[in-house]
Parts: sequence; structure tokens; C-alpha cells
Amino acid sequence: MNLFQFMVENHDQVLELTLEHLWLVGISTLLAVLIGIPLGIVIAHWPVLNKPVLASANIIQTIPSLALFGFLLPLPWLGERADRLAILALTLYALLPLIRNTYTGIRGVDPAVVEAGRGMGLTDRQLLFQVELPLAVSVILSGVRVAVVISVGLATIAAAIGAGGLGEFIFRGLAMVNNQLILAGAIPAAALALLADTSLGWLEKRLRPQ
Amino acid sequence: MDRVSTNGVAIEFRDVSYVSPTGQEVLSRLNLEVFRGETFVLLGRSGSGKTTTLKLINRLLSPSAGEVRVDDAATAGVDVIALRRRIGYVIQDVGLFPHFTVERNIALVPRIAGWAEDRIRERVQELLQLVGLEPQLVSRYPRQLSGGQRQRVGVARALAADPATLLMDEPFGSLDPLTRDELQREFLRLQQHLHKTVVFVTHDVGEALRLGSRVALMEAGRLVTVLAPQEFLRASDPWVAAYVKAFKAGLDSAANRGRE
Repeated sequence: MNLFQFMVENHDQVLELTLEHLWLVGISTLLAVLIGIPLGIVIAHWPVLNKPVLASANIIQTIPSLALFGFLLPLPWLGERADRLAILALTLYALLPLIRNTYTGIRGVDPAVVEAGRGMGLTDRQLLFQVELPLAVSVILSGVRVAVVISVGLATIAAAIGAGGLGEFIFRGLAMVNNQLILAGAIPAAALALLADTSLGWLEKRLRPQ
Repeated sequence: MDRVSTNGVAIEFRDVSYVSPTGQEVLSRLNLEVFRGETFVLLGRSGSGKTTTLKLINRLLSPSAGEVRVDDAATAGVDVIALRRRIGYVIQDVGLFPHFTVERNIALVPRIAGWAEDRIRERVQELLQLVGLEPQLVSRYPRQLSGGQRQRVGVARALAADPATLLMDEPFGSLDPLTRDELQREFLRLQQHLHKTVVFVTHDVGEALRLGSRVALMEAGRLVTVLAPQEFLRASDPWVAAYVKAFKAGLDSAANRGRE
């Protein structure tokens, strides 16, 4: 039985696991965006916080993913369900590129532009929403892009704690020494990563100022 | 040359000192008065404190000691956003918003001040004409303009809400000599019928003497002297004389080379 046949015959399961995978990646990316972008904005304006925040996000990034899942297991409420745990872990991993790129994007805005805006009487809020964020948007989006691609890959490991996703095929294949099964998980995951990368890259280009 | 007599003080510095966050004293005990409707030029070398002086007026910086007064009120006591909106601000790098069209750049302050769209459109057209730009430029982006055009847009943007006061920080500093000459001429023409109170920063003696009603010479955070352009060339003060000498040296050497 070749891979293609397997995928066709098990298309229900392939689809289900792909959707599960997308759900894990989508929710965790959304959470990371909601936390990471505001944090990036804060540290871009209060440089004192810059080092501790970026250092923490960096440290999280260095924890091996299986270990992180293990650490999070004893947490109340979260530990009860594997998908909650997986989402939390994926969110934590996605934070660094988001915080860093938001920070870099805002700090990269031409100081003359910010100065002129402030001198003309824009409030901090107007400056942020009308000047800084629009000019930083493509850098921020490239952070989202990196975060999504990392998450798609990492989410396969979520299957190790029973959170589902395409990792199911991979772990099952590993256990059964079945390469086809491994590929049935790995290929759709790779395709998802490529798709996310290309579409976000396209969006990034569209939104780039100048 | 029409000298502006004492018809009211628009901006006043009383014993103003400014110490930078790094602890360096940039300005020490500065006292000066800018009269309504005059072009007050701050002349000096890089680091002499001219730009700092300018930024103290619209409170981009706050004095470490002393008081800056605009329209008879200490700037420390007024709403900073309202203060800045009634003072036009033009800087050397122009600071046009690269993601805004010419129209949105010029209309920036009127729009945040909540003007009606009809009135904004009218005002933008009026301003383009005033600064000598073609009306069809409204939909262009700053990167599609020449340096001179960008600077004109910068001036139009600063004038948009019709502020009585204009702060200009080396606005023509990065332009080529011909464009600069053209814009200086336009500035004089504009100022002749707008009569704004202008504080103009430059390190170019020629520009200072050409545009200024009065020229304030600054050196190392201190005000050396304030003179009318005619007095400036005759002044005996050593600092002024040094500037005049440097200014004339340029002209003389060019003339001499012609004779060789």
C-alpha cells in the first residue's frame, strides 16, 4: 500500500487530524499575538523592561518541547486536558518572535517621523496607531510568520501528550516502525507550514510601507 | 528690510537651563524674547544648543530650571498636546509620514482636530498653492517627491491648522544650493503676507542674515548676542566677528579664484 492510497483510504482521519493541528496552531498563535504584540509595544517604549522581557522569552524558547509539556502537566485546569496544555506550550514558544519583531519594528521607525508627529501634537496613542504600528506592520507580520511555522512543526509533538494533531500519525508510525504512517503525518504538516509561510509572506509584502 | 518693532512678545525664555538625561548641561541660563510676527533665527554650531532651545518651546523637552513662556503662559502649565497643535513644526529630515499621501500628511493636524472633510479638502488645496505645489500631487507618497517638494509639503503641513507660531529646525539644511535658494525666497514671500512668529534654527550665516528679522548667536549653550542682520556684519563681538569672517572668507576666496 503506498502513501497516496493510505491517505485516500483514511482521508477522514487525515482531515480530522489536520483540522486538530490547525486548531492547536491557530489558537496558540492568536493567544501569542494577543500577548506578544502588546508586550513588544510596551518594551519598545519602556526600554528598562526590554532586557528582562526578551531574556524570559528567550529562556522559554530554549526549553526542550517535551520537557515543557512535562513541566506543565501538574498545573491545575490546564493539566486536565492535553489540548489546553499543548496550546499553552505552543503559545509560549511563539512569544519570542512576536515580542522581538514588534519591538524591532517599532524601534526601526524613522525617529524623525516620530519626532515630527509628536511635535505636531499627536498623542502617544495616535502616534502608536497612526504612525508606529502601520510602519512596523511588515516586521511584526514576519514575526507572526516565524511563529506560525515554528508552531506547525512543534504541534506534531503535542501528540506525545495526547493532544492530537498530525503528530498522531508520526508517533504511531514510529511505534509501528511504519514509514508510510510517519510520512502521512509529516507531509501534511510540512505542507501546512509551507502554506502558512507563503500566504503570510504575501500579506507581509502587501502591507509593507513604501 | 522691515524690522518688527516691539508688538508683543510671543515666546519668552526666563533663565532657562537644560541638563540632558546624561547629565550634560546643554543650555545655561538662557534669556530671550521672540516678538510676534518676526523671524527669529538661532544661529550656532552643532551642539551649541539651538535645537534644544527650539524643542523647549513646544515641550518636546522640558527645562531643568527656569521657565519658557508661549503667548504669556508658562508652557509647563498648559496641556502639551494643545500647545503643540497651535505651533507648527518643521524639521530638517521633514518627518513626513512615509505611509501617508501628501494629502493625508498635510491634513494631519486638521483631521485630528476634527475639522469637517470639506473644509480640510479646501485647506489642503489652498496650502498646496501657497507653498507652490501642483494640486495633483495630493495623491502622491513622500518617496515620489523631490527633496524640495518634500520640504514644501513639510511647510504646508506645519501651516495646516494656521498656527501663529512656526518652529523650523534647519528646514533647508539637506537641500542642494539652488533648491535651497528657491525655498528661502519663497519663505520670505510667504512670511511677508503671513506674518507668523517664526523661530528658525540654522548653522548657515548666509541663511540667517537673509531670513532673520533678528539673529541670535549661540555658543556652548549660551546666548552670545541678538542682533539685526545689518548690525551683525558690523558687530565687534569676537564670536560674531568669527562668524562674519568665516562667511566672508567663502565669498572672498571665490572672488580671488576668479581673478587668478
